[in-house]
Amino acid sequence: MDINKNIPDSESGTSQPVIVISDLHKSFGSNRVLAGFSISLLKGENLVVLGKSGSGKSVLIKCIIGLMKPDRGTIEMFGKNIPDLGAMELDEIRVKVGFLFQSNALYDSMTVRDNLEFPLRRHWIKLTQGEVDDMVMNALSDVGLEHTVDMMPVELSGGMRKRIALARTLILKPEIILYDEPTTGLDPITGKEIISLMVDLKRKYNTSSLIISHDMNCVRMAGDRIAVLVDGICYATGTYEKLKQLEDSRVKQFFE
Amino acid sequence: MYLVNTETVKSFFNELGALSLFTGRFFTQCFRPRYELAEFFRQCFIIGYKSLPLVALTGFIMGLVLTLQLRPSMVDYGVESQIPVIVGIAIIREIGPVITALIFAGKIGSSIGAELGSMKVTEQIDAMEVSGTNPFKYLVVTRVLACTFMLPVLIMLSDAISLYGSYLGVNVKGVTSFSLFWTQVFDNLSFNDVLPAFTKTFFFGFAVGIIGCYKGFNSSKGTEGVGRSANSAVVMSSIMIFVIDLLAVQVTDLLGFN
Ligand SMILES: Nc1ncnc2c1ncn2[C@@H]1O[C@H](COP(=O)(O)OP(=O)(O)OP(=O)(O)O)[C@@H](O)[C@H]1O
Ligand SMILES: [Mg+2]
Repeated sequence: MDINKNIPDSESGTSQPVIVISDLHKSFGSNRVLAGFSISLLKGENLVVLGKSGSGKSVLIKCIIGLMKPDRGTIEMFGKNIPDLGAMELDEIRVKVGFLFQSNALYDSMTVRDNLEFPLRRHWIKLTQGEVDDMVMNALSDVGLEHTVDMMPVELSGGMRKRIALARTLILKPEIILYDEPTTGLDPITGKEIISLMVDLKRKYNTSSLIISHDMNCVRMAGDRIAVLVDGICYATGTYEKLKQLEDSRVKQFFE
Repeated sequence: MYLVNTETVKSFFNELGALSLFTGRFFTQCFRPRYELAEFFRQCFIIGYKSLPLVALTGFIMGLVLTLQLRPSMVDYGVESQIPVIVGIAIIREIGPVITALIFAGKIGSSIGAELGSMKVTEQIDAMEVSGTNPFKYLVVTRVLACTFMLPVLIMLSDAISLYGSYLGVNVKGVTSFSLFWTQVFDNLSFNDVLPAFTKTFFFGFAVGIIGCYKGFNSSKGTEGVGRSANSAVVMSSIMIFVIDLLAVQVTDLLGFN
């Protein structure tokens, strides 16, 4: 598979940034998690943020969606600075941004259908029942799980749950998708299926994605550009091939 | 050696402070739109309906046993005929509300603590937030209000069933007609008995709801954390029920209902 084909021309600078993060700081007590992290996500690209477990990847992505407030720094998205926004403005932005949780976060007490309908119904979007049903079935067919529509999340396998979570993320046709470790907890084969699904869907809907991962399969297959998160800063960026050739030990440890 | 560990005292006050803040947050969120009416009614149904059989059964047994236990002493004093009066006052003023509230705490407090706790640790609460929903309003406000309004209803029901149990108890070894029994109960109950007893039940329900939600919302990671929040929700709300009961007696006294 030649994934390099969809690299936007970031080098030539024609692609617009859709998220600009600069100088992000976040500490929990004396535990400094982010210490001046900066990066931009360009339109139409798949950016992978690579980092060890506990390095603050989930903290970073939760700051971007506004679930956590950074101590310092700015996150610009759709012309707004996320940490400054109130609940209402955040909701407007979140319609356009999908978020796939590390733990899927499917609602246990609801069927798959209700799980998918939840964001549709809650975001003040005017839709008829027919439109809602169509959108649910479309999202399910994107991930190939139409038959599970009336099942409960506990009845599904881990890989299926991840797909449903992906369908729920995609149902509002977001312009930007944030993935928090999409392949963690899955076997390598299922993990690869999820990754190729992500790549396909990205092509189909032409979204920009920020993917957080420490799974090298995911990094290699999905990443147009890779940022290495070490000690709370963006330590290095570049394509998979470029980073692989670096001699720096802190980058190298990921590629061994 | 200190009698009380200072750390324990400190964490107790920390907890109390955090719970007060949580309660404050409830009141600020409660009156602001958007109002989650559909979810509130759904919770009323779940919370009320789920506890119905248990409350009815325990209420019935309570009335029956209380009557049977009282009977020998009442016979000794020669006031056997006064059993319905005594039982009526005891059940309506104290035993019905408190026992039902404790059972409610055990059943609903723990289930709210566990449900919200597991939603918290599996990021479902965060997922609601990114889906255009204020999880505090959708999950906490609806449950707390449902508990506040459903517990009084359950207690009234439990009182009625208890008295019916007591009527059967009276008739195990004696004979009292149904209408005589009820006349005796109600002739000796005044408004001053019923109103304070009924009012405190709202506070009981509120306490169970807010503590269950507080414990669930602040659950620590892992299944163990979820179990712990369910458990401490029950312990803390049971203690709170007794504290409120004690305060209610004092306040009733001060206000001159007696
Ligand atoms: N709510 C919180 N309160 C206190 N500390 C936190 C909180 N969330 C995260 N941390 C701390 O921040 C650090 C980074 O956590 P984070 O969850 O972002 O790691 P991660 O890179 O996503 O790891 P993993 O790959 O295991 O998911 C950890 O040391 C963690 O203890
Ligand atoms: Mg993480």
